[in-house]
Order: sequence, then structure tokens, then C-alpha cells
Amino acid sequence: MKKLSLNALNRFFGEIAEKQTLIAPIERAGQVDFGVWSESETVRLDVLKTVKSAKGAFFPQVEDMVRFHMQGKNIEINPSEVMNEDFVIFGVRACDARSFDLLDRVFLSDPVDPFYAARRAHGTVVTLACNEPEETCFCSNFGIDAAEPAGDVSAWIVGEELYLRANTEKGETLIKDLEDAAEDAAEETKKAIRAVTEQLPFASLNLEGFDGEHLMEKFNDPAWAELSRACLGCGTCTFVCPTCQCYDVRDFDSGNGIQRYRCWDSCMFSDFTLMAHGTNRPTQVERFRQRFMHKLVYFPSNNDGLYSCVGCGRCLSKCPQGLNIVKVIKALGGDK
Amino acid sequence: MQEMIKERVLTLINEGAADRVLAWETGEFFYDRTPKFFDKNNVNDLKYDSFCGANVTKYLIAEMPKEGKTIVLVKPCDSYSLNQLCTEHRVNREKVYALGVGCRGKIDVEKLRTMGIKGITAITEEGDTLTVSTLYGEKKVARKDALLDKCLCCKGKEHKGVDEVIGDSEETSVGDKFEMVAKLEAMTPDERFEFWRGELSKCIRCNACRNVCPACSCIKCVFDNPKSGVDNKAAADDFEENMFHIIRAYHVAGRCTDCGECSRVCPQGIPLHLLNRKMIKDINELYGDYQAGAEIGQRHPLTDYTLSDDEPSVVHERGGANA
Repeated sequence: MKKLSLNALNRFFGEIAEKQTLIAPIERAGQVDFGVWSESETVRLDVLKTVKSAKGAFFPQVEDMVRFHMQGKNIEINPSEVMNEDFVIFGVRACDARSFDLLDRVFLSDPVDPFYAARRAHGTVVTLACNEPEETCFCSNFGIDAAEPAGDVSAWIVGEELYLRANTEKGETLIKDLEDAAEDAAEETKKAIRAVTEQLPFASLNLEGFDGEHLMEKFNDPAWAELSRACLGCGTCTFVCPTCQCYDVRDFDSGNGIQRYRCWDSCMFSDFTLMAHGTNRPTQVERFRQRFMHKLVYFPSNNDGLYSCVGCGRCLSKCPQGLNIVKVIKALGGDK
Repeated sequence: MQEMIKERVLTLINEGAADRVLAWETGEFFYDRTPKFFDKNNVNDLKYDSFCGANVTKYLIAEMPKEGKTIVLVKPCDSYSLNQLCTEHRVNREKVYALGVGCRGKIDVEKLRTMGIKGITAITEEGDTLTVSTLYGEKKVARKDALLDKCLCCKGKEHKGVDEVIGDSEETSVGDKFEMVAKLEAMTPDERFEFWRGELSKCIRCNACRNVCPACSCIKCVFDNPKSGVDNKAAADDFEENMFHIIRAYHVAGRCTDCGECSRVCPQGIPLHLLNRKMIKDINELYGDYQAGAEIGQRHPLTDYTLSDDEPSVVHERGGANA
């Protein structure tokens, strides 16, 4: 275990930023989100939930793939380069850290996504334990311990000190020059965090029946129609979600060429996976059902029972009309 | 008030004056409210309190092809949206029973979170003070500091064109609603550009602002239509990012009632209503005060022509530097 006074945090950040890009939760225009750190930015480690998840560091909302440029009768083709520089993402919470494992299963399985793979290889993840979990948090349902976040380095704030523990070689390299500390320095903090998470309103949701065995039963449940009725069909839940990973590939006509990029897509949108024959999800009922069936039934049945939800609770606080995955679990799960 | 509303709704349904009611239900948290249609069998679950900030009137559009009449609960500000929807023939007023409900401003839980209040488990209201219970102790907050932004530019306590009203309302405005717009106008173009770049660069194109907006009632938006040539799901560059919201503001100009839902639902906290309010301010200055949705059948200044309209040069002069 290493330690660092919180007062010296900016100096530590400065040292990291000299060598590589540092991404941290920073406040801009009244919101706290992951962004590139510089000395003039305000880091907010006290804010538990960044407005978006940390997935953007590995899977950005918009990413250029290739550019085609017309010159007379010739077309010049310039594929985008994959990430080739190291970077650090600091202050990732346990839930978001788990989401990287889930995204890995999608992007790093055959065929491997070169853009994502390069970012994963070059990124060092420093996580931070959640000192004050929110009422919207329910990560414990998915075997996540807010007191023991994963990542290359795990960190805990104890009073005015930051304690850091390296979990991987990458992590060792990052914090090797910091002062040594007792291995059990964060134990009391961990206990306090666990005491709170146990009391959270959604600490133990009944997920019984959300598996491949009950697929058709869940799919045909009449409750979807009522559950989805107030859904606006916006993409808020999908875009703030750490595990949503669907994207669309689009062409932007720049006048004398094409900029081909990919961008986050949302199964809540009417033109999601639109095909020549139209759409197989004509109303919001089917679109809404798709999102939750994917997270709670399809993904786990294809991935050793792992749910594609990490309980970060962003959809609970961000849905404009108060719809969310907890509501679905309660309406269709073991407690229905 | 909630019980009086339920009782009245039940009477109306039992008398055959209506078949269902569009209101709010409680969600997973005590502060969560979801728009919902109730019938006489489940009307007991209807919720009306300080957390019902959502404007539900747009949901009436999808109800129109159905048989029967729908009671809709409207706060004073929501009544303007209902009237505007009727003016635009998106809602048939004859199929709606507009039940005005009293309002003294609605609480914004996100605002409490921004104040650093975490783990909110209960809120009790006593006069102008809120006691917020959390997993980490109790906090007192002035009610006015916890109101939705739209309530700080309240349309007043009068419901416009409703069939009846239950409960009293209070005007909750603080200051002039055009204050921030005037501040932006006073900036240099560079400063103003910086302000909007800072705000709009947070946009994630979730379309919540568009989908919730009662004035955005196109069946298929150009931005969702592959045949339009301008459809997209994320901005390919900075220019597009700026333009989406500006185009939307232009599209609803003259029809926007300033209901404030766009800013309420924005997951990124962008003050989108300021774009619309700039249009409203300009319309007021150029053509005289106008409030969209004040009554059914209005023609708004941008689509209306009368012989007494001023010549463009006069209008231009009146607009001064902002025209």
C-alpha cells in the first residue's frame, strides 16, 4: 500500500500528466464528468456519480474510423490510427470498473475491436472506493463491492490521505514512487462503506428468473406494455449507462469526401438497426423490452450468467420520467 | 389536495364525463414521478405532490385516436402547453377534460444533489423549509433553492382555459425571466460563443429535450429520418453539435410556451430553455408581448399577418442590435 496526502494530489496529477494523458472527474459548466485533466481544471473526487460513466475513455461517443478524400478521379483512403499513447483514468468507481470487464467480453471477443483493444492496452485504471454511496446505488446485487474496487490501482480516501494499492504491473509502475503505508490503512473505511451499502434501499433485489431458461416467459410478459408507456424514447438511459455498447457507423459528407465515424446508438431510438424491410421493433414497447431483456436475460445467458448491469444507478437518477432497471426487476423478477 | 383530486376524478369517471385520467404515479423513490394513465380501478395510485414537475400534456397526442374522454391534470404552466397542442390540432379539446391542480413550485432532486446532498431518503416540507433526510444525516434547505428552474420563471397561479381547478397555487418567480437572456445579449460575440460552446459540448444527443417538448410533435423528426439527409445520432463535428439545438429552437419559435421541460429533462444540465427564451424575448420586442398557449386558436406573430403590422424597417429598428 502507498499513500499520498490529498493536498499533494495535484502535484501527483501533474507528474502523471507530464508523461501521459490523465483523465479524471472534473467540473465543467456545472457538471462533473470524466475529462482530460490540466492544472486549471477542478477535480471533484467527492462526487460519486459522474454524469456519464467512465466507458467513454475506452469507447468514446464519437470515433472516426476512416476518411475518404476525393482528388479528381482518385480517392484517397485514410484509416484512423488506433490509440498509441498511454493514458491514466483516475477516480473510476467499482461499478464503472466492472463495466470494463463486461465491455471486454463484447469488444475483445472475436472479431476483436482494434480501437477498443488499443485503448484498453494503453489505459491504466485507478479506481476509488465509494465513501458515501447514494440511495440510487445497487452494485451489491451484481457481486460488486463498493469498498474494494478493481482496476490497476485501487484507492481509498481516509481523512486527508489517499491510500493506493497496485493490483497489476501497470499499477505498480504508476505509484511506485509514492510513500509506503500500512496494508490495512483503509480497513475502517471499507467497513464503513459496507455498513452503508447493506442498508441501501435496493441492496438485495430479487433477480430470480432473469436467465436464459425463462427467456420466453419474460419476453411475453404483459407488464412490458405498461412499464414502457411513459418512455419518451430518448437515449438518456443508454448514453449514461456504463454497459450499453451498441454503436452505429455513419458517413458524414464533408463536401469533397466522407468522414466515416461510429457513434453510440440507442435501442430506444426508432431508427435503431433499421433495415431495408423497416424495423422489427415498431413501437416503444418492443424497444423498451429489448434494452432490459438484453441486460437481464440475453447477455447473462451468453456470458456465464453475468448481468449487463453494474448497479451504478445513473438511469435511476437521470431518466426524465422515472423509469429504470430497478422498476423492471421489481415488476418482472422474483418478487413480482 | 391529492385526495380531493382522486375523489373528483372518480366522480367524473363514474358520472360518465370521462373514461381515464392522465396524471403521475410514484416510482422507485419517494421523489420519482412517472406520467401514467389511470382508470377507475387504479386511480387510487394517482400521486400529486411537490415532485410532479413533469408536464404530461404531450402524452395526450397518442390518446387522440382512442374512444372516450381523458381527464388531464395540469399545473398552471402545463395549461399553456395543452392550449398550444389544441391550437395546433394535435389534441382535440373535446376529448379532454382539463383539471387544473394547484401548484406552489416543484422540487428538483438533482438540485439537492448538486448542493452536495447525498443518499436522500426522505423530504418533509414545512412552509418554506425542506428537511432532507439522508443516509448521512439531516439537512435543511430553503424550498425556493430546491425548485426546478422552470418554477423560478413561473407563469403565475392562473390556469388558462381549464374546465375546473382544485387547490390553490402560488407564483414562485424570482426576478425577471429574461435576466439571463439579457446577460447573454450583453456579452461580446466571443464570450457568448464560449458560453454556448461550453454548454452545448456537454450534449450527448439523447434527444430527451426534443422527445419531451410539447411543441416538437412531428410524427417523424428530420433528425430520425434517413431520407432527410440530415439524420444523425451524434454530432460528426463541432458545427453540427451547435446546430441541432439552434435548429430546434427556431422550429419551435412562436409556439414554445416556455414550459421548461427541455432543461428539466436534460441529463447533462444544459440550460436549453435559454435558446427558446431568447426567441420569445425577440418576438416580444419586435411584435409586442406574446405568450404562446395563453388561449386556444391564437395565431403567433411569426405566422400571422395583419394590415396593421409594422413595416420590416420599423421592426428592424425596434430590434436594435439584437434584430
